[in-house]
Amino acid sequence: MKTLNAKQKTSLNGFINYGIIIVAYVIMQLLLAGDALSNKMQSLLVPVCCYIVMAISLNLTVGILGELSLGHAGFMSLGAFSGIITAAALANVMPNPILRLVIAIVVGAVIGAIGGAVIGIPVLRLRGDYLAIVTLAFGEIIKNIINVLYIGIDSEGLHIATKEANLELLEDGIAIVKGPMGAVGVTKLATFTVGAVLIIITLIVVQNLVNSRSGRAILAIRDNRIAAESVGISATKYKMMAFVTSAAIAGAAGALFGLNYSSTTAAKFDFNTSILILVFVVLGGLGNIRGSIIAAALLYILPEMLRSFNITEYRMLIYAVILIIVMLVGNNSQIKSLFGKIIPKKKGESVNG
Amino acid sequence: MAEKRQNNPNMVPFPSHSIIPERDLGKRPILEARHLGIDFGGLTAVADFDIIVGRTEIAGLIGPNGAGKTTVFNLLTKVYQPTRGTILLDGHDTHGKTTHQVSSMGIARTFQNIRLFNDLSVEDNVKIGLHNEMKYGMFSGILRLPGYWKQEKQAHEKALELLSIFDMQDMADMKAGSLPYGAQRRLEIVRALATNPKLLLLDEPAAGMNPSETAELMENIIKIRDTFQIAIMLIEHDMNLVMGICEGIAVLNFGKIIAKGTPAEIQSNPQVIEAYLGKKKEG
Ligand SMILES: Nc1ncnc2c1ncn2[C@@H]1O[C@H](COP(=O)(O)OP(=O)(O)OP(=O)(O)O)[C@@H](O)[C@H]1O
Ligand SMILES: [Mg+2]
Repeated sequence: MKTLNAKQKTSLNGFINYGIIIVAYVIMQLLLAGDALSNKMQSLLVPVCCYIVMAISLNLTVGILGELSLGHAGFMSLGAFSGIITAAALANVMPNPILRLVIAIVVGAVIGAIGGAVIGIPVLRLRGDYLAIVTLAFGEIIKNIINVLYIGIDSEGLHIATKEANLELLEDGIAIVKGPMGAVGVTKLATFTVGAVLIIITLIVVQNLVNSRSGRAILAIRDNRIAAESVGISATKYKMMAFVTSAAIAGAAGALFGLNYSSTTAAKFDFNTSILILVFVVLGGLGNIRGSIIAAALLYILPEMLRSFNITEYRMLIYAVILIIVMLVGNNSQIKSLFGKIIPKKKGESVNG
Repeated sequence: MAEKRQNNPNMVPFPSHSIIPERDLGKRPILEARHLGIDFGGLTAVADFDIIVGRTEIAGLIGPNGAGKTTVFNLLTKVYQPTRGTILLDGHDTHGKTTHQVSSMGIARTFQNIRLFNDLSVEDNVKIGLHNEMKYGMFSGILRLPGYWKQEKQAHEKALELLSIFDMQDMADMKAGSLPYGAQRRLEIVRALATNPKLLLLDEPAAGMNPSETAELMENIIKIRDTFQIAIMLIEHDMNLVMGICEGIAVLNFGKIIAKGTPAEIQSNPQVIEAYLGKKKEG
């Protein structure tokens, strides 16, 4: 067999990732057609897509850029609520639901990117690990702001207030976001197909970015900031690029997520959610895109599967035990070498695979 | 060739007690530093550092451990912002500029404690050095527009060409972190050269090399200067290398320059022997 050079290996790795998503999508569609999926599993398809996208997106910040973010759910939240509002605002002008969904996702991405820039501009120019603490605060602030916002829409346009009575909607108006109750009466637009397409687009963006001039600059900053600057790379510029891209993707995933439920509260995007996504990334391997996909899919479905056994009380306990085992296995060199003997070695995958 | 240079350096006096090679006379010096200094808290690490380097000169910076040599490189490349003094790079003041900006102005360096991008391939390390020579942006990269393919191909060829200076083109696919020590030092030089510098700073390029590797390195430093027509300033404790290839040498002790001159002058300077050279020979 011809041996591949580093570059060919990287692109092969990328194609395998596309392949995994496409094969998984086709299998799911076949199962759906054969009525072989439980309602529970069917309801998980879109959220799993969202969390896979979130994990890839966070991996761009944590694994590829090497900066810790503890508030990634905040960007998801921005995307979810801006997506829901966009879809509601377009309800009368745009009958095609898929088109509305796509526009809502684009708006979610833009709002996510703006959120990323607002945080990134002051923080990423600093040297040191300030991003973790600021994103942590950001996630909480976004949650608390949305918790007190009332947003409605009528023929005059968008109304925003902090009390329902102050919305002053016209007769034809509807309240979309109702403070602590969150977004209510949302038309569920999200589909599994759009979710799968969003994963593919996310893969294209992240994998092609990493293997381009800009991506190499980002990796260089992660590996050695001073050396990267010494060859003429502006660390601030490329940190911003990676972080804003990551926030935009999270916003897109959020919009899809928000439009998958008839109601969504800000509390869904709390610190626990941010940590959950971080767990996917860490367990999947920092910088390892395929690891993020697999970890997000398995670890998101697992607790839901456990829920369907009649062991409700022990569900989170079992989940925690499995997490601990996975971490032990992942870090134990003896177990690793044992697995290494069984599974053929995959080298050089940590960065691009 | 090296011997000849030492005996016949043809150095001419220049302001602030510097000397530059005669062939660089009448051309703007590549580097002029005046009264350069930096304090770390109470410690004055470098004070009143004056130097002039000719456009194609190989200059040396020597001195005992902790004298402030690496700090001078960090000042020139703006890893530290100077507390005092001026740096003119090819005649342009670098005041207020950052590390990546002075890189674009034509200064490149290697590091005493090797700083490679260890997880990336040798070729990618060089391509990162070519960052500013490539121009395509983020969206061309994501959408793989024609600019991406064209410039990536050019960068690939250029990277292999640069690696061939040290006969390292066969290592292009290896991880930088897995290279032997000497090869890592050479890769740092290649990466620095990729930025197309006018002044190349080498911080202890021969550290950890055996005598035959060092001899090869000396030839290569001269070859690099001759082919790229650039100035090279190097810090080195290996006196065979310094005396063999440097045309002008500055000696630093406790952050201050105690002598400047040709290798012959430096070797016979009593102050230098007292502070640095003498100790080495005895110890
Ligand atoms: N960032 C810093 N903060 C405080 N002190 C520093 C810093 N960098 C260097 N120094 C001090 O400045 C002095 C000069 O250090 P420098 O590394 O420049 O020496 P050097 O001449 O390169 O020595 P060597 O030959 O061992 O490499 C030392 O006393 C060092 O401790
Ligand atoms: Mg030093």
